[in-house]
Amino acid sequence: MFKLHYRLERRAIGMTLGIIAAASIGGFVEIAPLFTIHQTVEAAPDMRVYTPLELAGRNIYIREGCYACHSQMIRTLRDEVERYGHYSLAVESKYDHPMLWGSKRTGPDIARLGGKYSDEWHVRHLLNPRDVVPVSIMPAYGWLMENDLRTDDLSDQLTAQRVVGVPYTPDMIRNAADDAYGQANPDSSRAKGVKTRYGEETNIRSFAGAPGRLTEMDALVAYLQILGHLTDAASRDTVAKDLE
Amino acid sequence: MISNLTTGERRGALLILLVMTLVGLFFAAAGRGDPIAVHGALIMVAAIALAFPIMARLYDPEPPAERFDTYYDDPSKVGIILTFVWAAFAMFVGDWVAWLLVEPTWTTSGAWSSFGRIRPVHTTGVIFGFGGNGLIATSFYVMQRTSRVRLPDQLSPWFVLIGYNLFCVLAVTGYMLGITQSKEYAEPEWYADLWLVIVWVVYFILYMRTLARREEPHIYVANWYYMAFILVVAMLHIVNNLAVPVSFLSAKSFSLFSGVQDALTEWWYGHNAVAFFLTAGFLGMMYYYLPIRAGRPIFSYRMSIISFWGITFMYMWVGSHHLHHTALPQWVQTLGMTFSLVLIVPSWASAANALLTLNGAWHKVRDDATLRFMMIAAVFYGLTTFEGSFMAIRSVNALSHYTDWTVGHVHAGALGWVAMITFGALYASIPWLWKRERMYSPALVEVHFWLALSGTAIYVFALWNAGIIQGLMWRTYTENGNLAYTFLDSVVAMRPYYIARAIGGLLFLLGALAGCLNLYLTIRYAAPATDTASLKPLRDELNDAATLPAE
Repeated sequence: MFKLHYRLERRAIGMTLGIIAAASIGGFVEIAPLFTIHQTVEAAPDMRVYTPLELAGRNIYIREGCYACHSQMIRTLRDEVERYGHYSLAVESKYDHPMLWGSKRTGPDIARLGGKYSDEWHVRHLLNPRDVVPVSIMPAYGWLMENDLRTDDLSDQLTAQRVVGVPYTPDMIRNAADDAYGQANPDSSRAKGVKTRYGEETNIRSFAGAPGRLTEMDALVAYLQILGHLTDAASRDTVAKDLE
Repeated sequence: MISNLTTGERRGALLILLVMTLVGLFFAAAGRGDPIAVHGALIMVAAIALAFPIMARLYDPEPPAERFDTYYDDPSKVGIILTFVWAAFAMFVGDWVAWLLVEPTWTTSGAWSSFGRIRPVHTTGVIFGFGGNGLIATSFYVMQRTSRVRLPDQLSPWFVLIGYNLFCVLAVTGYMLGITQSKEYAEPEWYADLWLVIVWVVYFILYMRTLARREEPHIYVANWYYMAFILVVAMLHIVNNLAVPVSFLSAKSFSLFSGVQDALTEWWYGHNAVAFFLTAGFLGMMYYYLPIRAGRPIFSYRMSIISFWGITFMYMWVGSHHLHHTALPQWVQTLGMTFSLVLIVPSWASAANALLTLNGAWHKVRDDATLRFMMIAAVFYGLTTFEGSFMAIRSVNALSHYTDWTVGHVHAGALGWVAMITFGALYASIPWLWKRERMYSPALVEVHFWLALSGTAIYVFALWNAGIIQGLMWRTYTENGNLAYTFLDSVVAMRPYYIARAIGGLLFLLGALAGCLNLYLTIRYAAPATDTASLKPLRDELNDAATLPAE
């Protein structure tokens, strides 16, 4: 074997091919089946896509690096289920391009944060976390309230999402900017189409408490309030019932 | 430096810079209203700034033909300076974010300086800025010596070095502007990723061309590792960063994969960035510099073969140990855990090979801080790979995952192994490259060593404690069967450890700054080497090790 190598290491191309071959096998064996074995991701017919406002909020969550301190993946451990709720199912991040499972909990897991606190609490908490949680070490995000949300590229964003496999309809893509405004301004004429396109249970309200405006704060709070509520697959899960 | 380029290479460089200026201008003008315009302007300004000195020397005479008798080391010199610059910058940011976890208000009110945006500046700055420049600079140096041939041309090494640094600058400025795709250790957006692919292909071709011209029949083991580093990082980078941009004038893109498939792709990438960037590349460094500095041949040729192929094959299976107890199918978790455990064999074979090489040279380890850097690096490599395999066990991971233990583990590897072997290799290379007798101040190297070692020890001990306490608090129950602590209790409990960690990081940063000062003093004031024969690294001895006959 060492004689063989003694010859191999005299050939740059041979070493190159050897490295590529040795390094390819693991990835193929582990990753490829995840796309073909259909049990990998549970079926959830009620699963809905993010509204344009929630998607914009998700982009802000990514931009500010929130995922570095907050996970969105509750593990199948007793203490986690009791602390954060039902363990996360694969289907719940099916439309997450990319996923935001996270790897570190400097702050708590927020996979099921939606509906746990009021919008007003979120706004105050994001403006200065220590106003509502005195011992918090989370940064303050003052600029979210000052910045108007960019909506001119939302249609393009939904189109790109559709390309990677999220089922946005042409109707949703066309009305993306209006729906974003309408979702945070319930009294405006643009609010009407949101429920027809995204479902009756969509949150439509002034998230940041500044009607007539559409800020980055509206988008981020709208996103935080939908976390864990895109599907109720987890609450229907019988395995979970046994565990509880 | 520019006069050393041939006229053709100077013209080629100008042409490349012209294309970059135009591309930058296009994004700056057409992408207005999107953050990509800032990066377009940045690319344009950088290209124009580089074009001026080249134009000024465009009509200088051709370099003398004697250049072919020497190695081409200008890119290595610049690469080493850049390595120190990135070390100072990125370790400063690292210590800053460490203090932000103690006192979150110690920053500006600007969005650019918030924790979430500058934390990736630190990680990218140290891994890719500091580590990557160290690898590129030393790889140019090592591939020439071990092949006994000069680089095939003088333009492509500059393209690789400068192009790579442009990627790093696009990355860290992007985070501060809010441009990130959020994939850990692969945060740069689609256009920066594409640019890196171009740079990387040129790097690989340069490596292969140098090897093709070599005057040594065998490819030395250090080059195997550098080749694996270049090849596999390319594979990982391309697959993990597959994404669809919102438009060609938008900095934003969406990953091709989602959810569980994206998670495994990300950690297949993430853990192998550890394996092939932070391990294979630096093992290449170790296999060249440690035996030379110790004046001993590598202990075992066979062990180096076993560990090389073991690492290349097995690491690619282990990424799933980052996803224990998650929605990832259990069979993948188990497979990842199993390979993680077996991986201890090739890892310890490398560490043992390094330490056993020092037999007969331990008096040098005592006296020479440069060699001691490399020795401690090998020790930390052994410790960290053991810890890594241990943490990959599902039941251990249940406690350690999501806690600061992981951060401590990463820093045992990053500070103890990666940074220590790099500083050792750089302190060895600097006098050779600048033709100096030795570093300006060996005492300052000694100071750097002790600051680095004490900083690492404080940091790692603090976060071991922090992580285990965190993990235990989260899962402790009262007698009544309720969770004993709120999450906030665990946040409050972390404070003393976060302070200790920031102090450890500060010591490490001070050591790196001492290194920067010593580099400057050596280039500027150190006595030139009198004995030019001793400038040639111990090539013969190395070649003995490389061509050890198989029995």
